[in-house]
Amino acid sequence: MSDKRSTLDDVVGELSSGMTIGIGGWGSRRKPMAAVRAILRSDLTDLTVVSYGGPDLGLLCAAGKVAKAVYGFVTLDSIATDPHFKVARQTGAIEAMEVDEGMFYLGLLAASQRLPFLPTRSGLGSDVMTVNPGLKTVRSPYDDGEELVAMPALRLDAAIVHVNRADAAGSGQILGPDPFFDELFLGAADRRFVTTERIVPTEELSSQGPIQTMCISRLLTDRVIETPGGAHFTACVPDYNRDEAFQREYVAAAGDPDAWAAFTERYLAVDEVGYQAAVTEATAARAAAKAAKEGA
Amino acid sequence: MSTTESTIADAASAGVTRAEYCAIACADVFRGDGEVMASAFGTAPALGARLARLTFAPDLVLTDGDAALVDGAPPLGARPDSLVLESHMPYRRVFDVVWSGRRNLIMMASQIDRTGNQNISAIGDWTRPAAQLVGVRGAPGNTVNHSTSYWVPNHSTRSFVEQVDVVSGVGYARAASAGASATRFHEIRMVVSNLGVFDFATPDKVMRLASLHPGVTVDDVVAATGFDLVLPDEVPATREPTPHELDLLRTVLDPKGLRDKEVRP
Repeated sequence: MSDKRSTLDDVVGELSSGMTIGIGGWGSRRKPMAAVRAILRSDLTDLTVVSYGGPDLGLLCAAGKVAKAVYGFVTLDSIATDPHFKVARQTGAIEAMEVDEGMFYLGLLAASQRLPFLPTRSGLGSDVMTVNPGLKTVRSPYDDGEELVAMPALRLDAAIVHVNRADAAGSGQILGPDPFFDELFLGAADRRFVTTERIVPTEELSSQGPIQTMCISRLLTDRVIETPGGAHFTACVPDYNRDEAFQREYVAAAGDPDAWAAFTERYLAVDEVGYQAAVTEATAARAAAKAAKEGA
Repeated sequence: MSTTESTIADAASAGVTRAEYCAIACADVFRGDGEVMASAFGTAPALGARLARLTFAPDLVLTDGDAALVDGAPPLGARPDSLVLESHMPYRRVFDVVWSGRRNLIMMASQIDRTGNQNISAIGDWTRPAAQLVGVRGAPGNTVNHSTSYWVPNHSTRSFVEQVDVVSGVGYARAASAGASATRFHEIRMVVSNLGVFDFATPDKVMRLASLHPGVTVDDVVAATGFDLVLPDEVPATREPTPHELDLLRTVLDPKGLRDKEVRP
């Protein structure tokens, strides 16, 4: 088996400006945030980002990396919306394709099956059909004659997903309760990147969880990158929950230019090791402040 | 004494809060559907689905809000390790359920209009909105695949509007104009707000006042609604909870009173 281990720098090196990039996870859950941070530090620009959106889209918008967003929603789960994404939409900074989240699934499925589209009832009658004038319907060739939405394939130049465990050959394991659509993001893409909490020997995957958790085959993977804490601040259960305090700090900082400049300098202008160190420091400071308050 | 006044007196004596009437109205949304997956967003809908499961809809299938179906009807805020799991229900499988029609849903609505269109996408022109909201999510697909109802805890002329800014959930007129594939499985069953219950049981499928929560008048509802509601000659009161339902709500499902934080007593 070929060794697909790589680095965040190499991932960014394989991407180019103008690409369509799919990002796995869902909302503020199991997002490949270390890879997103690496893109933030790069000179990549003019990206089309395809995502069940969370802070990945927000951060990329804040850094001016996004030309177009393709999404069904953008949410931080415990906080309804992402502040940077809101600003990007409200100022007209980005182009948007907003579709039903089931249509989005079928777009990835069509791309992964090398089909031009898949038919669905979803979208009919809604403004998804009017705000995306390129969407077309298709008539069933059978006796029912039903007219359905032809959801076009969401073909991706590259996809990045984050999993709990992987081996060096690129088999990925998702230990949390929901694999989301990561397999389809990879299937829809020309270049496939899997970041992981930990790379383990192949023979250890079975001891980490049942066979159903080993859901990303190496057929779907070009590069695998070990990024401990790589989904932070989104949830990556069972390894860690969402860092709610950090997420609140992110949202609060987004509302104020000076605070955002300080947030950027502290967390985003540094490399991944620097980011994780800054997070550890911030967590310790919050714990100390809490202890002091309780002691007072 | 009018029907409304006598109901107010009854409610006052029982001490039933507005939030409890909302939960009862939401429970009734799930009546008669048998073995379908209940999805419920907001506190009153979450309580309503659980109440239905524990009383008149024992076959109803509840979710843990994450990736599982659960047995019984856990209280609001139950610890994950206290749940009895029935089945694995990750998002990809949720779409199988949505598209099969074996689901009944109460969603929230930032805006809702007289023909039952719902908006959770954006306020203003979608191209460059005044306020970007969460996005259409699954609303377009939900509404043309299975019964959908709405919960609006802050009934006002800002939420009940003549025409929503972005049609996310599809109403009756829009479904009809989209054709037979859109209407085939389409049903907007109920709208429950903090003021009353509404349906579309009119010849042209526009919103009708179906019942008033005790303590609310027709004038209150009309003043808080940004379009012409159909007003029946006789408007019933939202039904009273049974003593057993009230006990379940207060002592089993929501002992911390989260319902009264969503809709103030």
